[in-house]
Amino acid sequence: MKRLKNFLFLLAAAPVAAFAAGASVHLDKAPVNLADQDSLQRGARVFVNYCLNCHGAGAMRYSRMQDIGLTEGQIKDNLMFAAEKPGEPMNVAMASTDAKAWFGAAPPDLSVISRARGADWLYTYLRGFYRDGSTVTGWNNTVFDKVGMPHVMSDLQGEMAPRFKTEGGHQVIERLELVKPGSMALAEYDAMVGDLVNYLVWMGEPAQIQRKQLGIIVLIFLSVFFVVAYYLKKEFWKDIH
Amino acid sequence: MSALQKMMGWIDDRFPLTSTYKAHLSEYYAPKNFNFWYFFGSLAMLVLVIQIVTGIFLAMHYKPDAALAFMSVEYIMRDVEWGWLIRYMHSTGAAMFFIVVYLHMFRGLMYGSYRKPRELIWIFGVLIYLVLMAEAFVGYMLPWGQMSYWGAQVIVNLFAAVPFIGEDLSIWIRGDYVISDATLNRFFAFHVIALPLVLLALVVVHLVALHEVGSNNPDGIEIKKNKDPVTHIPLDGIPFHPYYTVKDIVGVIVFLMVFSAIVFFAPEMGGYFLEQANFVPANPLQTPQHIAPLWYFTPFYAILRAVPPLFGSQFPGVVAMGMSIVVLFFLPWLDRSKVKSIRYRGPIYKIMLALFVVSFIGLGYLGLLPATPVATIFAQVFSVIYFLFFLLMPWYTSIDKTKPEPERVTG
Repeated sequence: MKRLKNFLFLLAAAPVAAFAAGASVHLDKAPVNLADQDSLQRGARVFVNYCLNCHGAGAMRYSRMQDIGLTEGQIKDNLMFAAEKPGEPMNVAMASTDAKAWFGAAPPDLSVISRARGADWLYTYLRGFYRDGSTVTGWNNTVFDKVGMPHVMSDLQGEMAPRFKTEGGHQVIERLELVKPGSMALAEYDAMVGDLVNYLVWMGEPAQIQRKQLGIIVLIFLSVFFVVAYYLKKEFWKDIH
Repeated sequence: MSALQKMMGWIDDRFPLTSTYKAHLSEYYAPKNFNFWYFFGSLAMLVLVIQIVTGIFLAMHYKPDAALAFMSVEYIMRDVEWGWLIRYMHSTGAAMFFIVVYLHMFRGLMYGSYRKPRELIWIFGVLIYLVLMAEAFVGYMLPWGQMSYWGAQVIVNLFAAVPFIGEDLSIWIRGDYVISDATLNRFFAFHVIALPLVLLALVVVHLVALHEVGSNNPDGIEIKKNKDPVTHIPLDGIPFHPYYTVKDIVGVIVFLMVFSAIVFFAPEMGGYFLEQANFVPANPLQTPQHIAPLWYFTPFYAILRAVPPLFGSQFPGVVAMGMSIVVLFFLPWLDRSKVKSIRYRGPIYKIMLALFVVSFIGLGYLGLLPATPVATIFAQVFSVIYFLFFLLMPWYTSIDKTKPEPERVTG
């Protein structure tokens, strides 16, 4: 039994160690809470207003937003600018060849972006734009160097400038500082990005709320079944010595 | 005679139903001292069934087309009724298949289940393991994410390292000069038809061979040596049904609890069952920074990388990787010990087995990491231990001080 325990420990410890070896850039923790429907709805609004102009979410249908407490009428009236029917996927009007010409790379589809990048990366990225005269767009980003995407929400956040420190002979960005205020306070902007990331995490797998609820029921059922099976085995085996 | 008995009689005159049932279940006598490690054979069969059933439903909705594959998986996740559950069961099932099979093989190593007269059971088992690896490899390409694409690229390129014919061989496998739609289509055919057929056939012969000689047990002694003089039933044997069927149900439920915990609460398993980079559609023009195969291949991948290239060719590494699996086939003849079970073996075998397990897990861990100089040295040490476990076996098992085996099975 002890050998088994050691073996299982080794199995469990390996992924943790592997994970520790990754990630070099510091990422801020995203405030993800899928139980907060208001936050998901606010995030959805930011998403269709700011992201959907250039990015699509081809696997996501508008009507699916009913899962986060919106009615079909609300979706149609407030959130659908580029589609006729709620059953349509969130496609983008811009042709990808145009997009490539304008931004250097076609903006990626965002359906599963939260699963590819992770919530913390998105949360840090969307708050990490700063002014940089050396790039084509005039913007740069702390977690995505020379990103092709401009800071589309700069009217909200305002303009940030980097403050450098020297680390091992290299100039690295220590923090960003607000140099030209936007229409929101920084804390307000962070909260809005939090809502947006929350929405993106949900959109990455809309079934996940249902999945976790069902999981609890399945595990309760199996626990009961285990007790029955255990005593059944005991009963059958009572005369085997 | 009841109607049921009459019907059974009618069938038995035409098909060996009752005799088959008796031979493989109600009168198949298994040793009564199976322990924890003996759950994994039946669990492997359970996972096989899960994979086949979920796979059938996935194949109804999946599109094996480079332009459609990635989004068709998302379609399954979102628009197909219970599609997310079926897909997660299949992806989790693939990883669990390897966990179960690795534990099943480790059981064989501990109790000498590959020894005479069970050499063929072991060989069929290694073949199952090989086909399973091929099945998992072609299956992992189907979601057509970045890791699907580049993982396949790396593995197929291994064939290009074969001298003289390598380049043509890899093109023949891909059906194109790069991994492409043609590759995806043929891998789909392999994944849903060719390899499952071979796998099922091998499982049948694995079981037929097992039931011919009877199961080994944690004591590594033959229960058929002590039979009841009248009934000729092994004294330490009990009918597989009902005893081991009811016992296996308990194991199945515990397994399903672990399985469900992953499916419902951590289907990505921190990026080890579903890799983050595979949520980016395959892009032939953009190589990911770090390509790691899925965790169940990493021990062999680490061996591949541990061997330095010769005249700029990766071929020696490919040979070493191949040999690391081929050597398993010879195990029944490498072991010269007087006893089968670890319970009665001497300290040398125990130490060697422990070193082997540490090396195998160590290689698996190193295979996940980028190859740094330090990691490569560790991988080389572990690779040497891996091979020495087998190559020195005839020597250390024959000099090892064994304990006497008992006459009858112990608890």
